[in-house]
Amino acid sequence: MNSYRENSFLKSIDWSLVVTYLLLVLIGWVNIYASVHSSEPASIFDFSCRSGKQFVWIVSALGIAGVILFVINPRAWESLSPLIYAATVLLLVAVIFLGVEVKGSRSWFEFGPIRFQPAEISKISTSLLLATVMSQIGYRLNSVRNFILTAMIILIPMAVIVAQSETGSALVYVGFVFMLYREGLSGWILFIIGMAILLFVLTLTASPYVSMLVLTGIATLCCALESGKIKKWARAVLPAIALLAFVPFLIKWTAGLSKDPGAIISTVRPMYFFAAAAVIGIFFYAYRAYRDRSLFKWGAIASFITGILFVLSVDFLFNDVLQDHQRKRIEVLLGLKDDPSGVGYNVNQSMIAIGSGGFSGKGFLHGTQTTYGFVPEQSTDFIFCTIGEEWGFIGSAFVILLYTFMIWRILHDAERSREAFTRIYGYCVACCIFMHLLINIGMTMGLVPVIGIPLPLLSYGGSSLWAFTAMIFIFIALDRNEKRYL
Amino acid sequence: MKINRQNKILAGLAVTAIILIGRLFVIQILDDSYKIDASNNSMVYSTIYPTRGIIYDRNGKILVGNKVAYDILVTPKEVSGFDTLSLSAALGVTPEFIKGKMDEYYRDRRKIGYRSVVMLKQLPPETYMRFAELAYKFPGFRGQPRSIRQYPYNAGGNLLGYVSEVDSRYIKAHNDEYKAGDYAGMTGIEATCEQYLKGEKGYKIYLRDSRNRIESSYRDGEMDKEAIPGKDIVTTIDAELQNYGQALMQNKVGSLVAIEPSTGEILALISSPGIDVDVLADIGRHYSQIASDPLKPMFNRAVQASYPPGSVFKLVNALIGLQEGVVTPQSEFPCHLGYRYGNRKMACHNHRSPLDMEESIMMSCNAYYCYVFRSLLEDSGKGSVSQALAVWDEYVSSFGFGHRLGSDFPSELGGDIPTPALYDRMYGKGRWKATNIISLSIGQGEIGCTPLHLANLCAIMANRGYYYIPHIIKESEGVPIDPKYRERQYTMVDTSYFHTVVNGMYRAVNSGYGSGATASIAAVDGLDICGKTGTAQNPHGDDNSVFICFAPKDDPKIAVAAYIEHGSFGARWAAPIASLLVEKYLNREIGSPRKPLEERMMEGVLLDTVNDK
Repeated sequence: MNSYRENSFLKSIDWSLVVTYLLLVLIGWVNIYASVHSSEPASIFDFSCRSGKQFVWIVSALGIAGVILFVINPRAWESLSPLIYAATVLLLVAVIFLGVEVKGSRSWFEFGPIRFQPAEISKISTSLLLATVMSQIGYRLNSVRNFILTAMIILIPMAVIVAQSETGSALVYVGFVFMLYREGLSGWILFIIGMAILLFVLTLTASPYVSMLVLTGIATLCCALESGKIKKWARAVLPAIALLAFVPFLIKWTAGLSKDPGAIISTVRPMYFFAAAAVIGIFFYAYRAYRDRSLFKWGAIASFITGILFVLSVDFLFNDVLQDHQRKRIEVLLGLKDDPSGVGYNVNQSMIAIGSGGFSGKGFLHGTQTTYGFVPEQSTDFIFCTIGEEWGFIGSAFVILLYTFMIWRILHDAERSREAFTRIYGYCVACCIFMHLLINIGMTMGLVPVIGIPLPLLSYGGSSLWAFTAMIFIFIALDRNEKRYL
Repeated sequence: MKINRQNKILAGLAVTAIILIGRLFVIQILDDSYKIDASNNSMVYSTIYPTRGIIYDRNGKILVGNKVAYDILVTPKEVSGFDTLSLSAALGVTPEFIKGKMDEYYRDRRKIGYRSVVMLKQLPPETYMRFAELAYKFPGFRGQPRSIRQYPYNAGGNLLGYVSEVDSRYIKAHNDEYKAGDYAGMTGIEATCEQYLKGEKGYKIYLRDSRNRIESSYRDGEMDKEAIPGKDIVTTIDAELQNYGQALMQNKVGSLVAIEPSTGEILALISSPGIDVDVLADIGRHYSQIASDPLKPMFNRAVQASYPPGSVFKLVNALIGLQEGVVTPQSEFPCHLGYRYGNRKMACHNHRSPLDMEESIMMSCNAYYCYVFRSLLEDSGKGSVSQALAVWDEYVSSFGFGHRLGSDFPSELGGDIPTPALYDRMYGKGRWKATNIISLSIGQGEIGCTPLHLANLCAIMANRGYYYIPHIIKESEGVPIDPKYRERQYTMVDTSYFHTVVNGMYRAVNSGYGSGATASIAAVDGLDICGKTGTAQNPHGDDNSVFICFAPKDDPKIAVAAYIEHGSFGARWAAPIASLLVEKYLNREIGSPRKPLEERMMEGVLLDTVNDK
């Protein structure tokens, strides 16, 4: 009887997640060893170097996993979550005053040899509280009160983390938007976030004019799609936009015919034409919106105007709101400035390291870029370079697929669960891992600006590993608990 | 599969994974540029600088050699606390210098990064050894050997030229053949023969980490490339003669050029004041001082200064007159302290009258050449004066004047001979006649030539009618010379006419005092020196002293031109100096009767524009 229960206890664990977890941790450990490996190799267990220390972290992380799986009652998380959340926020605030400064940000506590970053735990506590609040009976995301509550839960730790100058870690919280989407948040929010990013990038790389044209196109297209008049749109609006797109060239061409081209170019701005067209367009759409009593069209007009204002303020945002180093990182990413030895150094070196790996890599411990220390932070934020260089396309793609599998598996288990708490928590975990994956790997390959956040489970560092272990194993425990219903 | 929110999220996940893997595919497999960068990155090519070729004189003596010096490099990132005092003592600089440098590196720390920068250049080995013994105390500091130039003879900075680090302009002008930090010959022989002297750089490949720390040698040096030393150059210069010429020309402004007439090889080429060879090796440190010197030591007067030739030019006019048939050797013209035309007069000195051609050269009569020149220009067979001048120009040009001779010496100047068009501009078309330009008869006026042109004229006289283009590089293994240097360049005057003129030159030197000859001071027993003095007007002060001579008369071995600014009469400075050079070359030493003259020449100081010595 007893042995039967024990058997089912173990069987009810989602072993595929556990195995994926172990694989990632192991890959991380081996690559940390490779990345600190120099021409005088030390043992992987040498505790004076990072691979040895990581071994300690791994063993202790497994201990934490065990405790979460076998000791703590999964039901406790739900009731404890407000307490944990409050404690974490306190820690986050305290660290600003009591923490040590590491690379310009105060986000670490230091106890002798151990450093620990409260922001890591905060991801768990926020997820837990979100799950608790949103799984309450009668919770509706679309009610204003609940929405504001939910937003506050996310924004409070985010704000404190930004105050610690750890903007990167704060960005991870944006990922919760996907969870909110799953729980009923309007898809337009995602759409608007996407649009904002697109317009921001377009304004910086091309010009505000191009960016506004794109905005016009998308706004009118949405209206057309909504009312099913896509053909009309293609006949009337699209040519108008195309015409406007040619206005700058037309002005230059006509200016070239006159005696003083400079004067014409400086007085006749394409923007005037756009403004005229936009005013006419807005009145036209306003009339239609009024006639059709279409809330959607009113919304579209409002979004359009907001979008224009946003485009106009991009310069201000970019130059005055963003901090210097953030601006530089974005400039380098967008190719506005080439700076291979300065800000671009890390990215350039990391892409060289990954690129030099080729299809099958240079082999374990045979990377020149990473073992010779070209890539900075290579055992923490840039660990993916070591994988890229030494294991090549095969190895790196495998790692990405492992993460994808893990996220998919969590989402899959979450969807399967009967309790909203488990599902929402699962989505939160998946979102966090997803954001880390996207930002970290995207950064090493020059897709995303340099944002210093670790690659979950792979990067060197105790607090990150512990936090993700706890996060994942809480979910595994919750998921196992679900199996009782089976 | 339903299009519900969870599936949309899953689709988003899949798209993200595909984007990441796609990007991975692009940079790891499709795009080769990252692989190329990777090999640059991990391997450090440590340049091995070749030693520059040695420059020999015509007798196998080393004019320019090499010696080792050390640059002190600093890698600021590796520098830890050190004793500034003991380092400054070891390097022989002041502690303030080191402090200043370190502050500078700190200011530029972002720019420098992990690189090494040169703190001190060209330390002598003794200083370096002192530093090397203590180097362990100064982490981040190291020495790098480099060969620099060494000059056993004072052969003159302008002739040899200097070597210095290339700047961005130079690199651009040479199609990026050079890299920053390379050295190249900038002037003189160093520049002329740069392609032979420079050699080929080699490299050693090391593996390094991002802090520029060398970790190991790449494949045990199997891919390293040895530096190929530069080719040696043999010049036509006679080191002893050049050295002697330098000594004669010290404290004088001007130039001294010696050519071997039978080959056109330049035996000595002195421009004074010049750059001392002592500062040549480290020109960078003295550059501003040299550049601001009012006597312009960087200016190579021998090939770059355009002077009026003065009376030396009478030789050319005499030969043209003979060839054109307007005079014969027997033609006599009167001279009573000058030549009168209209109400003006070209003055001459006191000598007997009339003179025939040989005597006119011997005594350098101005009036005689006014007659000759006027007959040339007013020759009815030529049509107008203007056309006659054009013919005259052609003759003069065939003597090498008015254009670059084409020597292998860099930045040679062409000089000027006046064209009819010039006078048309000055006086109006057809509004000038022979008397307007009569100064050309005695080598004054709108005519300019370099001392090299004059030496070449002297070689023409020695060869009786032809010259080889003067050059400074001798053919040696691997260093071919242009075949044009082996071709005789004939003048438009027949060899037969030279006899008279050369005789005049012989008599100018060897007639003895009291004969009226202008250059008796240049006479050396047994050398049969033939010469012609000149006294060229210099608007900035005292006249320029000019003298050309060759010797021996019948088998000329050396042709010399001396041009001394503000040296007064040709016989006062130029003639003694040129003849001493000839004597030195032919006899290898100065005979005792002329020792006092030698001493006087060497001690003479002619740096003022007016002197009454």
